[in-house]
Amino acid sequence: MSGLVSVKVEFSGGLELLFDNQRSHRVSVPSHVSTSGKKTLNNNEGTDAGEGRPADLAHLILWLRDNLLKEREELFVENGTVRPGILVLVNDTDWELEGEGDYQLRDGDDIVFISTLHGG
Amino acid sequence: MPPRLCALCNEARAILKRPKTGQQICKECFFWVFETEVHNTITEAELFKPGDRVAIGASGGKDSTVLAHVMKTLNERYQYGLELFLLSIDEGITGYRDDSLETVKRNQQQYDMPLKILSYNELYGWTMDAIVSQIGKKNNCTFCGVFRRQALDRGAASLHVDHIVTGHNADDIAETVLMNIMRGDIARLGRCTLICTQGEDTIKRSKPFKYAYEKEIVMYAYFKKLDYFSTECIYSPDAYRGHARVFLKDLEAARPSAIIDIIHSGETFEVKEEVKATQKTQQTCKRCGYMSSNELCKACTLLEGLERGMAAAAVTERARKKLDAEGPAPENLRTIPFYQQAHPPTNAAGLPI
Repeated sequence: MSGLVSVKVEFSGGLELLFDNQRSHRVSVPSHVSTSGKKTLNNNEGTDAGEGRPADLAHLILWLRDNLLKEREELFVENGTVRPGILVLVNDTDWELEGEGDYQLRDGDDIVFISTLHGG
Repeated sequence: MPPRLCALCNEARAILKRPKTGQQICKECFFWVFETEVHNTITEAELFKPGDRVAIGASGGKDSTVLAHVMKTLNERYQYGLELFLLSIDEGITGYRDDSLETVKRNQQQYDMPLKILSYNELYGWTMDAIVSQIGKKNNCTFCGVFRRQALDRGAASLHVDHIVTGHNADDIAETVLMNIMRGDIARLGRCTLICTQGEDTIKRSKPFKYAYEKEIVMYAYFKKLDYFSTECIYSPDAYRGHARVFLKDLEAARPSAIIDIIHSGETFEVKEEVKATQKTQQTCKRCGYMSSNELCKACTLLEGLERGMAAAAVTERARKKLDAEGPAPENLRTIPFYQQAHPPTNAAGLPI
Protein backbone atom coordinates (compact mmCIF):
# COMPACT_ATOMS: atom_id res chain seq x y z
CA MET A 1 0.00 0.00 0.00
CA SER A 2 1.04 3.53 -0.60
CA GLY A 3 2.54 5.48 2.26
CA LEU A 4 0.72 8.69 1.44
CA VAL A 5 -2.84 9.93 1.46
CA SER A 6 -3.69 12.81 -0.84
CA VAL A 7 -6.31 15.37 0.21
CA LYS A 8 -7.51 18.78 -0.91
CA VAL A 9 -7.35 21.47 1.76
CA GLU A 10 -9.07 24.84 1.60
CA PHE A 11 -8.76 27.84 3.88
CA SER A 12 -11.19 30.74 4.01
CA GLY A 13 -12.72 33.38 6.23
CA GLY A 14 -9.29 34.99 6.62
CA LEU A 15 -7.37 31.80 7.48
CA GLU A 16 -5.81 31.78 4.01
CA LEU A 17 -3.72 34.74 5.17
CA LEU A 18 -1.78 32.37 7.42
CA PHE A 19 -1.13 30.04 4.49
CA ASP A 20 0.62 32.30 2.00
CA ASN A 21 -2.71 33.88 1.04
CA GLN A 22 -3.55 30.77 -0.96
CA ARG A 23 -6.99 29.29 -0.43
CA SER A 24 -6.68 25.88 -2.01
CA HIS A 25 -3.89 23.36 -1.54
CA ARG A 26 -3.42 19.73 -2.54
CA VAL A 27 -1.31 17.92 0.00
CA SER A 28 -0.03 14.40 0.54
CA VAL A 29 0.50 13.33 4.10
CA PRO A 30 1.84 10.03 5.52
CA SER A 31 -1.07 7.59 5.58
CA HIS A 32 0.00 6.21 8.93
CA VAL A 33 1.41 7.89 11.95
CA SER A 34 3.58 6.48 14.65
CA THR A 35 1.41 5.34 17.53
CA SER A 36 3.55 7.03 20.12
CA GLY A 37 4.08 10.75 19.94
CA LYS A 38 7.85 10.46 20.21
CA LYS A 39 10.24 8.52 18.06
CA THR A 40 11.50 5.35 19.61
CA LEU A 41 14.40 3.08 18.71
CA ASN A 42 11.98 0.53 17.26
CA ASN A 43 10.91 3.01 14.61
CA ASN A 44 14.20 2.54 12.84
CA GLU A 45 13.53 -1.12 12.28
CA GLY A 46 10.04 -1.00 10.82
CA THR A 47 9.07 -0.08 7.26
CA ASP A 48 7.78 3.46 6.90
CA ALA A 49 4.33 2.55 5.56
CA GLY A 50 1.66 0.44 7.16
CA GLU A 51 2.94 1.00 10.66
CA GLY A 52 1.13 2.77 13.47
CA ARG A 53 -2.42 4.07 13.30
CA PRO A 54 -4.03 5.52 10.15
CA ALA A 55 -3.69 9.28 9.76
CA ASP A 56 -6.70 11.18 11.07
CA LEU A 57 -7.87 14.78 10.87
CA ALA A 58 -6.14 15.69 14.15
CA HIS A 59 -2.91 14.54 12.57
CA LEU A 60 -3.59 16.53 9.40
CA ILE A 61 -4.08 19.70 11.45
CA LEU A 62 -0.67 19.30 13.08
CA TRP A 63 0.88 18.36 9.75
CA LEU A 64 -0.53 21.55 8.19
CA ARG A 65 0.84 23.57 11.06
CA ASP A 66 4.31 22.05 10.62
CA ASN A 67 4.46 22.00 6.83
CA LEU A 68 2.14 24.58 5.28
CA LEU A 69 1.49 27.32 7.81
CA LYS A 70 3.51 30.46 7.20
CA GLU A 71 2.79 32.65 10.20
CA ARG A 72 1.02 33.13 13.52
CA GLU A 73 0.55 29.49 14.44
CA GLU A 74 -1.53 30.46 17.50
CA LEU A 75 -4.30 31.71 15.20
CA PHE A 76 -4.71 28.20 13.75
CA VAL A 77 -3.87 25.66 16.44
CA GLU A 78 -4.60 25.69 20.14
CA ASN A 79 -4.21 22.76 22.53
CA GLY A 80 -3.46 20.32 19.73
CA THR A 81 -6.52 21.10 17.62
CA VAL A 82 -7.94 24.01 15.64
CA ARG A 83 -8.55 27.13 17.64
CA PRO A 84 -12.15 27.57 18.82
CA GLY A 85 -14.05 29.61 16.23
CA ILE A 86 -12.60 27.77 13.24
CA LEU A 87 -15.15 25.62 11.42
CA VAL A 88 -14.04 22.41 9.75
CA LEU A 89 -15.88 20.58 6.97
CA VAL A 90 -15.09 17.12 5.67
CA ASN A 91 -16.44 16.59 2.16
CA ASP A 92 -18.93 19.40 2.80
CA THR A 93 -20.09 18.00 6.14
CA ASP A 94 -19.57 19.62 9.53
CA TRP A 95 -16.68 17.70 11.14
CA GLU A 96 -18.72 17.47 14.34
CA LEU A 97 -20.73 14.79 12.52
CA GLU A 98 -17.61 12.95 11.40
CA GLY A 99 -15.91 12.42 14.73
CA GLU A 100 -13.89 15.65 14.55
CA GLY A 101 -10.17 14.94 14.97
CA ASP A 102 -10.73 11.17 14.95
CA TYR A 103 -11.97 11.16 11.36
CA GLN A 104 -9.66 8.93 9.30
CA LEU A 105 -8.37 10.58 6.16
CA ARG A 106 -9.12 8.99 2.79
CA ASP A 107 -7.62 9.67 -0.60
CA GLY A 108 -9.44 12.50 -2.35
CA ASP A 109 -11.03 13.96 0.79
CA ASP A 110 -11.90 17.62 0.66
CA ILE A 111 -11.16 19.38 3.94
CA VAL A 112 -12.27 22.99 4.47
CA PHE A 113 -11.21 25.28 7.31
CA ILE A 114 -13.20 28.52 7.78
CA SER A 115 -12.42 31.13 10.36
CA THR A 116 -15.45 32.79 11.93
CA LEU A 117 -13.26 35.17 13.88
CA HIS A 118 -12.95 37.90 11.31
CA GLY A 119 -15.11 40.98 11.19
CA GLY A 120 -18.70 40.82 10.06
CA MET B 1 -19.87 4.94 9.44
CA PRO B 2 -23.34 5.00 7.84
CA PRO B 3 -24.47 8.53 6.92
CA ARG B 4 -26.72 10.06 9.55
CA LEU B 5 -30.10 11.19 8.37
CA CYS B 6 -31.49 14.65 8.97
CA ALA B 7 -33.35 14.90 12.30
CA LEU B 8 -36.02 17.04 10.64
CA CYS B 9 -36.86 15.43 7.28
CA ASN B 10 -35.45 11.97 7.96
CA GLU B 11 -34.55 11.72 4.29
CA ALA B 12 -31.41 13.58 3.37
CA ARG B 13 -27.96 13.12 4.84
CA ALA B 14 -27.15 15.42 7.77
CA ILE B 15 -24.41 17.93 7.03
CA LEU B 16 -24.47 20.16 10.09
CA LYS B 17 -24.77 19.92 13.83
CA ARG B 18 -26.72 22.90 15.13
CA PRO B 19 -24.89 24.56 18.03
CA LYS B 20 -28.14 25.79 19.57
CA THR B 21 -29.89 22.44 19.75
CA GLY B 22 -27.34 19.76 18.91
CA GLN B 23 -29.67 18.58 16.12
CA GLN B 24 -28.09 17.05 13.05
CA ILE B 25 -29.74 18.35 9.92
CA CYS B 26 -29.44 18.36 6.13
CA LYS B 27 -28.63 21.30 3.91
CA GLU B 28 -32.17 22.13 2.77
CA CYS B 29 -33.61 21.85 6.29
CA PHE B 30 -30.76 24.00 7.57
CA PHE B 31 -31.59 26.79 5.11
CA TRP B 32 -35.24 26.50 6.04
CA VAL B 33 -34.82 26.58 9.84
CA PHE B 34 -32.20 29.32 9.73
CA GLU B 35 -34.42 31.58 7.63
CA THR B 36 -37.56 30.70 9.59
CA GLU B 37 -35.93 31.51 12.91
CA VAL B 38 -34.92 34.93 11.62
CA HIS B 39 -38.48 35.42 10.34
CA ASN B 40 -39.81 34.49 13.78
CA THR B 41 -37.41 36.93 15.44
CA ILE B 42 -38.67 39.67 13.12
CA THR B 43 -42.36 38.96 13.57
CA GLU B 44 -42.25 38.37 17.33
CA ALA B 45 -40.50 41.70 17.86
CA GLU B 46 -42.80 43.39 15.29
CA LEU B 47 -39.77 45.07 13.77
CA PHE B 48 -41.32 46.33 10.54
CA LYS B 49 -44.50 47.63 8.99
CA PRO B 50 -45.49 47.16 5.36
CA GLY B 51 -44.09 50.00 3.28
CA ASP B 52 -41.10 50.57 5.60
CA ARG B 53 -37.90 51.68 3.96
CA VAL B 54 -35.10 49.62 5.50
CA ALA B 55 -31.35 50.10 5.10
CA ILE B 56 -29.10 47.11 5.60
CA GLY B 57 -25.80 48.21 7.15
CA ALA B 58 -23.44 46.44 4.75
CA SER B 59 -19.73 46.02 5.31
CA GLY B 60 -19.09 43.26 2.80
CA GLY B 61 -18.35 40.88 5.69
CA LYS B 62 -20.08 37.59 6.38
CA ASP B 63 -22.82 38.82 8.72
CA SER B 64 -24.12 41.69 6.63
CA THR B 65 -23.81 39.71 3.40
CA VAL B 66 -25.92 36.89 4.85
CA LEU B 67 -28.31 39.47 6.33
CA ALA B 68 -28.86 41.10 2.92
CA HIS B 69 -29.52 37.69 1.38
CA VAL B 70 -31.93 36.59 4.13
CA MET B 71 -33.77 39.94 4.26
CA LYS B 72 -34.35 39.77 0.52
CA THR B 73 -35.49 36.15 0.75
CA LEU B 74 -37.90 36.77 3.64
CA ASN B 75 -39.24 40.01 2.17
CA GLU B 76 -40.24 38.06 -0.94
CA ARG B 77 -41.36 34.85 0.77
CA TYR B 78 -43.57 36.48 3.40
CA GLN B 79 -44.44 39.66 1.50
CA TYR B 80 -43.19 42.05 4.16
CA GLY B 81 -43.61 44.88 1.65
CA LEU B 82 -40.27 46.43 2.60
CA GLU B 83 -38.14 48.60 0.39
CA LEU B 84 -34.58 47.43 1.00
CA PHE B 85 -31.37 49.42 0.58
CA LEU B 86 -27.70 48.70 1.17
CA LEU B 87 -25.88 51.33 3.21
CA SER B 88 -22.11 51.19 3.54
CA ILE B 89 -19.73 53.38 5.43
CA ASP B 90 -16.31 53.97 3.94
CA GLU B 91 -14.00 54.61 6.88
CA GLY B 92 -11.08 55.30 4.57
CA ILE B 93 -8.83 52.37 5.45
CA THR B 94 -6.63 51.49 2.50
CA GLY B 95 -6.25 47.77 1.91
CA TYR B 96 -9.24 46.95 4.08
CA ARG B 97 -12.38 48.93 3.45
CA ASP B 98 -11.63 49.69 -0.17
CA ASP B 99 -11.51 45.94 -0.86
CA SER B 100 -14.60 45.12 1.17
CA LEU B 101 -16.57 47.86 -0.59
CA GLU B 102 -15.93 46.05 -3.85
CA THR B 103 -17.77 43.10 -2.30
CA VAL B 104 -20.68 45.36 -1.37
CA LYS B 105 -20.82 46.65 -4.93
CA ARG B 106 -21.10 43.08 -6.18
CA ASN B 107 -23.83 42.44 -3.59
CA GLN B 108 -25.70 45.43 -5.00
CA GLN B 109 -25.79 43.67 -8.38
CA GLN B 110 -26.49 40.21 -6.97
CA TYR B 111 -29.35 41.35 -4.73
CA ASP B 112 -30.57 44.14 -6.96
CA MET B 113 -30.79 46.72 -4.16
CA PRO B 114 -29.85 50.40 -4.31
CA LEU B 115 -26.53 51.11 -2.59
CA LYS B 116 -25.45 54.24 -0.75
CA ILE B 117 -21.83 54.67 0.34
CA LEU B 118 -21.01 57.48 2.77
CA SER B 119 -17.38 58.16 3.61
CA TYR B 120 -15.79 59.56 6.75
CA ASN B 121 -13.84 61.83 4.47
CA GLU B 122 -17.02 63.30 2.99
CA LEU B 123 -18.72 63.72 6.37
CA TYR B 124 -15.86 64.56 8.73
CA GLY B 125 -13.02 65.55 6.40
CA TRP B 126 -10.88 62.77 7.88
CA THR B 127 -10.22 59.21 6.75
CA MET B 128 -9.25 56.59 9.35
CA ASP B 129 -5.85 56.45 7.62
CA ALA B 130 -5.40 60.17 8.35
CA ILE B 131 -6.70 59.80 11.92
CA VAL B 132 -4.32 56.93 12.67
CA SER B 133 -1.40 58.85 11.19
CA GLN B 134 -2.18 61.63 13.67
CA ILE B 135 -3.14 59.71 16.81
CA GLY B 136 -1.52 56.29 16.34
CA LYS B 137 -3.22 52.94 16.70
CA LYS B 138 -4.17 53.30 20.33
CA ASN B 139 -7.77 54.51 20.79
CA ASN B 140 -8.40 54.65 17.07
CA CYS B 141 -11.34 52.23 17.52
CA THR B 142 -13.05 54.90 19.66
CA PHE B 143 -12.98 57.35 16.75
CA CYS B 144 -14.07 54.73 14.28
CA GLY B 145 -16.97 53.54 16.46
CA VAL B 146 -18.34 57.00 17.22
CA PHE B 147 -17.94 58.16 13.64
CA ARG B 148 -19.54 55.04 12.19
CA ARG B 149 -22.63 55.28 14.36
CA GLN B 150 -23.35 58.82 13.32
CA ALA B 151 -22.40 58.16 9.68
CA LEU B 152 -24.89 55.27 9.52
CA ASP B 153 -27.69 57.49 10.83
CA ARG B 154 -26.81 60.26 8.41
CA GLY B 155 -26.55 57.88 5.49
CA ALA B 156 -29.92 56.42 6.47
CA ALA B 157 -31.46 59.90 6.71
CA SER B 158 -30.27 60.71 3.22
CA LEU B 159 -31.96 57.54 1.97
CA HIS B 160 -35.12 58.56 3.88
CA VAL B 161 -35.30 55.18 5.56
CA ASP B 162 -37.24 54.35 8.73
CA HIS B 163 -35.00 51.62 9.92
CA ILE B 164 -31.42 50.34 9.82
CA VAL B 165 -30.79 46.63 10.28
CA THR B 166 -27.32 45.39 11.18
CA GLY B 167 -25.72 41.96 11.05
CA HIS B 168 -24.94 41.72 14.78
CA ASN B 169 -25.29 38.06 15.68
CA ALA B 170 -25.84 36.10 18.90
CA ASP B 171 -22.09 35.77 19.47
CA ASP B 172 -21.63 39.55 19.16
CA ILE B 173 -24.41 40.22 21.65
CA ALA B 174 -23.17 37.66 24.18
CA GLU B 175 -19.72 39.22 23.84
CA THR B 176 -21.14 42.67 24.54
CA VAL B 177 -23.01 41.39 27.60
CA LEU B 178 -19.72 40.01 28.95
CA MET B 179 -17.85 43.22 28.16
CA ASN B 180 -20.44 45.39 29.88
CA ILE B 181 -20.20 43.19 32.97
CA MET B 182 -16.42 43.30 32.91
CA ARG B 183 -16.45 47.09 32.55
CA GLY B 184 -19.18 47.59 35.15
CA ASP B 185 -21.24 49.41 32.55
CA ILE B 186 -24.58 48.43 34.00
CA ALA B 187 -26.62 51.03 32.14
CA ARG B 188 -25.41 49.62 28.83
CA LEU B 189 -25.88 46.09 30.09
CA GLY B 190 -29.58 46.86 30.36
CA ARG B 191 -29.75 48.04 26.76
CA CYS B 192 -27.32 45.84 24.88
CA THR B 193 -29.65 42.88 24.48
CA LEU B 194 -32.53 44.92 23.06
CA ILE B 195 -33.36 43.80 19.56
CA CYS B 196 -34.46 47.28 18.53
CA THR B 197 -33.25 50.63 19.79
CA GLN B 198 -34.40 54.09 18.91
CA GLY B 199 -32.94 57.38 20.00
CA GLU B 200 -35.07 60.45 20.62
CA ASP B 201 -35.44 61.37 16.97
CA THR B 202 -33.16 59.02 15.15
CA ILE B 203 -33.90 56.14 12.94
CA LYS B 204 -34.71 52.73 14.45
CA ARG B 205 -31.92 50.20 14.55
CA SER B 206 -32.37 46.52 14.92
CA LYS B 207 -30.63 43.19 14.87
CA PRO B 208 -32.59 40.44 13.13
CA PHE B 209 -29.67 38.02 13.76
CA LYS B 210 -29.85 38.54 17.52
CA TYR B 211 -30.41 34.82 18.07
CA ALA B 212 -28.40 33.54 15.09
CA TYR B 213 -25.15 31.78 15.90
CA GLU B 214 -22.05 32.88 14.09
CA LYS B 215 -21.33 29.28 13.19
CA GLU B 216 -24.65 29.01 11.37
CA ILE B 217 -24.20 32.35 9.62
CA VAL B 218 -20.82 31.23 8.29
CA MET B 219 -22.19 27.80 7.31
CA TYR B 220 -25.12 29.47 5.57
CA ALA B 221 -22.74 31.67 3.59
CA TYR B 222 -20.59 28.64 2.77
CA PHE B 223 -23.40 26.39 1.56
CA LYS B 224 -25.14 29.22 -0.33
CA LYS B 225 -21.76 30.20 -1.80
CA LEU B 226 -22.31 33.83 -0.86
CA ASP B 227 -19.67 36.31 -1.81
CA TYR B 228 -18.17 37.94 1.27
CA PHE B 229 -14.97 39.58 2.37
CA SER B 230 -12.97 38.54 5.40
CA THR B 231 -9.89 40.31 6.56
CA GLU B 232 -9.19 41.75 9.94
CA CYS B 233 -9.10 45.53 10.14
CA ILE B 234 -5.48 46.56 9.70
CA TYR B 235 -5.62 48.92 12.67
CA SER B 236 -5.32 47.12 15.96
CA PRO B 237 -8.66 45.61 16.91
CA ASP B 238 -10.32 46.40 20.21
CA ALA B 239 -8.16 44.37 22.58
CA TYR B 240 -10.70 44.12 25.37
CA ARG B 241 -13.35 42.80 22.99
CA GLY B 242 -10.76 40.35 21.71
CA HIS B 243 -10.39 38.83 25.18
CA ALA B 244 -14.16 38.56 25.59
CA ARG B 245 -14.36 36.91 22.19
CA VAL B 246 -11.72 34.28 22.89
CA PHE B 247 -13.28 33.56 26.27
CA LEU B 248 -16.71 33.15 24.69
CA LYS B 249 -15.40 30.83 21.96
CA ASP B 250 -13.77 28.66 24.65
CA LEU B 251 -17.06 28.52 26.56
CA GLU B 252 -18.91 27.63 23.36
CA ALA B 253 -16.49 24.81 22.62
CA ALA B 254 -17.26 23.31 26.03
CA ARG B 255 -20.99 24.03 25.94
CA PRO B 256 -22.56 25.36 22.74
CA SER B 257 -25.63 26.76 24.48
CA ALA B 258 -23.39 29.21 26.41
CA ILE B 259 -24.02 31.96 23.86
CA ILE B 260 -27.78 31.87 24.03
CA ASP B 261 -27.58 31.43 27.82
CA ILE B 262 -25.50 34.59 28.23
CA ILE B 263 -27.96 36.57 26.08
CA HIS B 264 -30.77 35.23 28.24
CA SER B 265 -28.93 36.34 31.37
CA GLY B 266 -28.42 39.78 29.85
CA GLU B 267 -32.10 40.05 28.98
CA THR B 268 -33.32 39.14 32.42
CA PHE B 269 -31.06 41.40 34.47
CA GLU B 270 -33.13 44.01 36.26
CA VAL B 271 -31.30 47.30 36.17
CA LYS B 272 -32.20 49.45 39.19
CA GLU B 273 -34.01 52.69 38.52
CA GLU B 274 -31.22 54.64 40.26
CA VAL B 275 -28.72 53.22 37.80
CA LYS B 276 -30.92 54.09 34.86
CA ALA B 277 -31.36 57.59 36.29
CA THR B 278 -27.62 58.26 36.15
CA GLN B 279 -27.86 58.26 32.38
CA LYS B 280 -27.89 61.80 31.12
CA THR B 281 -30.98 62.95 29.34
CA GLN B 282 -30.72 63.13 25.58
CA GLN B 283 -30.40 66.50 23.92
CA THR B 284 -29.36 67.78 20.53
CA CYS B 285 -25.77 68.67 19.77
CA LYS B 286 -25.57 72.45 19.53
CA ARG B 287 -23.03 72.22 16.72
CA CYS B 288 -24.31 69.49 14.42
CA GLY B 289 -27.86 68.72 15.57
CA TYR B 290 -27.21 65.04 16.21
CA MET B 291 -28.56 63.43 19.38
CA SER B 292 -26.20 63.81 22.29
CA SER B 293 -26.00 63.48 26.04
CA ASN B 294 -23.87 66.64 26.30
CA GLU B 295 -23.91 70.07 24.67
CA LEU B 296 -21.57 68.72 22.06
CA CYS B 297 -21.97 65.23 20.69
CA LYS B 298 -19.12 62.77 20.87
CA ALA B 299 -18.35 63.01 17.15
CA CYS B 300 -18.10 66.82 17.26
CA THR B 301 -15.83 66.63 20.31
CA LEU B 302 -13.60 64.06 18.61
CA LEU B 303 -13.51 66.09 15.40
CA GLU B 304 -12.64 69.27 17.28
CA GLY B 305 -9.80 67.45 19.01
CA LEU B 306 -8.48 66.22 15.68
CA GLU B 307 -8.75 69.62 14.02
CA ARG B 308 -6.99 71.33 16.92
CA GLY B 309 -4.32 68.68 17.11
CA MET B 310 -5.48 67.46 20.53
CA ALA B 311 -7.07 64.22 19.53
CA ALA B 312 -7.18 62.70 23.02
CA ALA B 313 -9.77 65.34 23.98
CA ALA B 314 -12.85 63.17 23.83
CA VAL B 315 -11.12 60.03 25.00
CA THR B 316 -10.15 61.19 28.47
CA GLU B 317 -11.82 63.69 30.74
CA ARG B 318 -8.51 65.38 31.58
CA ALA B 319 -7.65 66.01 27.96
CA ARG B 320 -11.13 67.42 27.41
CA LYS B 321 -10.56 69.94 30.22
CA LYS B 322 -7.24 70.86 28.67
CA LEU B 323 -8.96 71.47 25.35
CA ASP B 324 -11.55 73.69 27.04
CA ALA B 325 -8.80 75.57 28.85
CA GLU B 326 -7.20 76.37 25.50
CA GLY B 327 -10.21 78.51 24.75
CA PRO B 328 -13.32 78.16 22.60
CA ALA B 329 -13.29 76.40 19.26
CA PRO B 330 -11.97 78.67 16.53
CA GLU B 331 -14.55 80.19 14.18
CA ASN B 332 -13.21 78.49 11.09
CA LEU B 333 -13.15 75.01 12.66
CA ARG B 334 -14.29 72.25 10.34
CA THR B 335 -17.59 70.88 11.62
CA ILE B 336 -20.00 68.15 10.66
CA PRO B 337 -22.88 69.30 8.42
CA PHE B 338 -26.03 69.99 10.42
CA TYR B 339 -28.15 66.89 10.89
CA GLN B 340 -31.60 66.97 9.42
CA GLN B 341 -33.83 64.16 10.44
CA ALA B 342 -35.87 62.96 7.55
CA HIS B 343 -39.56 62.67 8.30
CA PRO B 344 -40.75 60.05 5.90
CA PRO B 345 -44.47 59.80 5.24
CA THR B 346 -46.07 57.38 7.65
CA ASN B 347 -47.63 54.43 5.94
CA ALA B 348 -51.36 54.16 5.80
CA ALA B 349 -51.75 50.63 7.12
CA GLY B 350 -49.45 51.12 10.08
CA LEU B 351 -49.76 47.54 11.22
CA PRO B 352 -46.63 45.63 12.13
CA ILE B 353 -45.57 42.67 10.06
